[in-house]
Amino acid sequence: MIRIGNAQGFWGDWLEAPVRMVEQGPLDYLTLDYLAEVTMSILQKQRKEDPTLGYARDFPPLMARLAAKIAGRVKVIANAGGVNPLACAREVKRLAPGLKVAVVLGDDLMDRLDELGEDFSRQIATIRPQILSANAYIGAFPVAEALATGADVVIGGRIADAALALAAMVHEFGWAEDDWDRLASGIVGGHIIECGTQATGGNCGAAWETLPDPANIGYPILEAEPDGTFRVTKHAGTGGVICDACIKEQLVYEIHDPRQYFTPDVIADFTTIALKDAHVSGVKGQPRPEKLKVSISYHAGWRSIGTITFPGPQARRRCEIAEATVRERIAQLRLPFDAMHAEYLGDEQLIQLRFGVRGKDRKAVDRFTREMIPLVLSGPPGGTGYGEGRPAVREIVAYAPAYLGRDQVKTRVEVVA
Amino acid sequence: MKIMLERVAHTRSGDKGDLSNIGVIARDPRHYPVLLREVTAERVKNYFRDLVHGPVTRYELPNLAALNFVLEEALDGGGTVSLRLDAQGKIFGSRLLGLEIEVTEDELG
Repeated sequence: MIRIGNAQGFWGDWLEAPVRMVEQGPLDYLTLDYLAEVTMSILQKQRKEDPTLGYARDFPPLMARLAAKIAGRVKVIANAGGVNPLACAREVKRLAPGLKVAVVLGDDLMDRLDELGEDFSRQIATIRPQILSANAYIGAFPVAEALATGADVVIGGRIADAALALAAMVHEFGWAEDDWDRLASGIVGGHIIECGTQATGGNCGAAWETLPDPANIGYPILEAEPDGTFRVTKHAGTGGVICDACIKEQLVYEIHDPRQYFTPDVIADFTTIALKDAHVSGVKGQPRPEKLKVSISYHAGWRSIGTITFPGPQARRRCEIAEATVRERIAQLRLPFDAMHAEYLGDEQLIQLRFGVRGKDRKAVDRFTREMIPLVLSGPPGGTGYGEGRPAVREIVAYAPAYLGRDQVKTRVEVVA
Repeated sequence: MKIMLERVAHTRSGDKGDLSNIGVIARDPRHYPVLLREVTAERVKNYFRDLVHGPVTRYELPNLAALNFVLEEALDGGGTVSLRLDAQGKIFGSRLLGLEIEVTEDELG
């Protein structure tokens, strides 16, 4: 049996979690999931401005903090590399020279976008000039290859979230690439822990009112067996809860057809999961898909969202007048927006008008940011809550998936000297 | 009798691009048949008609006493495109708990 704990569900998750996970109980593998659909594009922009960046910058200092505690005991697997895994690995090595660091390369397709065949070119044709990043989802086997080098820390780019944990099982148990049922079971385990505390009572409709000690909530751990079965647990003394209701909520989180949960390594059938007292068994899998999913981000214009808050009596009526005023001024200025959207948040005591616009023309969006605040003096009485000043103009980085034959993606492992 | 879905189910929702999915799980597996009968794709689509512009598909997970609803064109473009407060579909699950469903005393048990 091996223990695999996940202590980061996205870039921005609790900084103390990985340290506590290592300190508070037994552990063999620490996985850290940093990437969401839009994260890659943010990192791509950072690399454009500085070629030594483009990875989760929290990660190298975290490894320095953990180095003495994990050496020879806990292996770390993380997709912290973003669009620049090699730079991330070098920074870890610089801050924690005692750790052996391996990096998985080959997911980044940005420099090969026009060499990936007709079918792929057709899929990206309409957004080609606006593409900011393109990364193939990488499965568990290249990561297991990196673990086989004896590395303490394995860093990759767009490693599929659930494959982080599966890689530890493949490495430890020597599962074959066509051992579909065991691979599918490992993916189910990886999916349960990939969002961290969403498996231990966080964001949970079944447990939130009575959740013990939420400030010290424990992050999830798999106790994985060589036959593919596993138990979900957390360290003793931590907050949160291990219960089947919470695990079920995470199982159905961000899935599509449960009979076909697609990953680079296997298609898992979630309708075969047998869950009892946090033990999982019985999972069936089908052969891995012929094509790998590619995560593409592209520039899609600009947007801005402004707010102003009105008090009662008749708070809603005040907001309606304010909204109509803003819309009329936008019309008078002939600002060319693709969409405008208003929401009213609050009750009759106090309602916040939240008004957003988006469009291709940055200047028009910038002009909009000057149309909300004047309402403080010219609108209905009591307009307030504008302390942040004019709203910001933000670039819209949209996400589009594409699919690519897996033979087009060549991964390789490097140990950082 | 009419009850709110919250009494017999708990939910979690999230996003994939412009899709949102809602997992609906029976608090007690005995109530799964009630979910199957009462919480149809049509009712969910109608419940969210102001927010969801595409089709709604229902998938069944009898092994978990759970249903999964996939809502298309649900997030005004999703991610950073959406102008909505809830661009990630996080609130759909909690909102659905207010759905009124019809059950008998026997079924509630």
